[in-house]
Amino acid sequence: MACGQLCRKTREMLFDRRFRVKRNGNVEIKIAEDELLLLANLIEQLRELILSTASEGEVDPSLKRLYPAAYVDDARHEVQYQRLMRDQLLERRLSHLDVIETTLNDHELDQETLNCWIMSINDLRLVLGTHLDVSEEEEPNFLEDDDPQQHQSAIYHYLSHLLGELVEVADK
Amino acid sequence: MLTLLPKTMNHSETEVEKVPVLTEDDDPTTSTDEDVPWIVLVWNDPINLMSYVTHVLQKLFGYSTEKATQLMLDVHNKGRAVVSNGTREKAELDVFRLHEYGLWATMQKDS
Repeated sequence: MACGQLCRKTREMLFDRRFRVKRNGNVEIKIAEDELLLLANLIEQLRELILSTASEGEVDPSLKRLYPAAYVDDARHEVQYQRLMRDQLLERRLSHLDVIETTLNDHELDQETLNCWIMSINDLRLVLGTHLDVSEEEEPNFLEDDDPQQHQSAIYHYLSHLLGELVEVADK
Repeated sequence: MLTLLPKTMNHSETEVEKVPVLTEDDDPTTSTDEDVPWIVLVWNDPINLMSYVTHVLQKLFGYSTEKATQLMLDVHNKGRAVVSNGTREKAELDVFRLHEYGLWATMQKDS
């Protein structure tokens, strides 16, 4: 598991506490405009990626963490599980993406909406992290400027921090 | 705009994650008795945040912060932890909910 600790460079990217639980239980959020644009872009790309493999038997390798095996030693039940549950998982993921997309510019989220944000942002991390092949205990690794994965790596660590913030405020 | 997520994947870039191989000690009973309880395991993975795993275990199972944290640490340190148990139907639903949250969960008959 990733410890979520941040290196100095990541800290510098970040801001003061941007999420606060209000008396009514909702969460007040302040996210910068450029972050919202980035998130909107990522949400759209994840939706396309999920839909592109929806009807196929084989799951795109970058999505394999979204559809894990349930039965490790029972092939018959595993086939049934994938047949019955994969579409449901897919629909849930798409509905969470719909929620985060439609509430992206809101300044206040109820707990249910916040939960959809948390799940979608984690889905993005799973896909990016799988693609980047991140390993255990690895410090955030900022690659050379000309490395094609540099942007993806930076986004992965940004999403990690954002998720950490959202989980922290959700647990309050 | 840069493509931030891969549209298509080069299979050589990421090895397909292997299903955990059970050792003899882990080998569940081969009984076909449907009454045999099932256990739900969460496996360690390098992506999910520790705080996120604790959060999910509290949210899904109503565990205290202490219990959820201990289970998360078991996953982190020992590679896996049993997070729930019950009938096959209940275990399957729990696995599904864990999968919805992106945790690497599996189920097997209790040995």
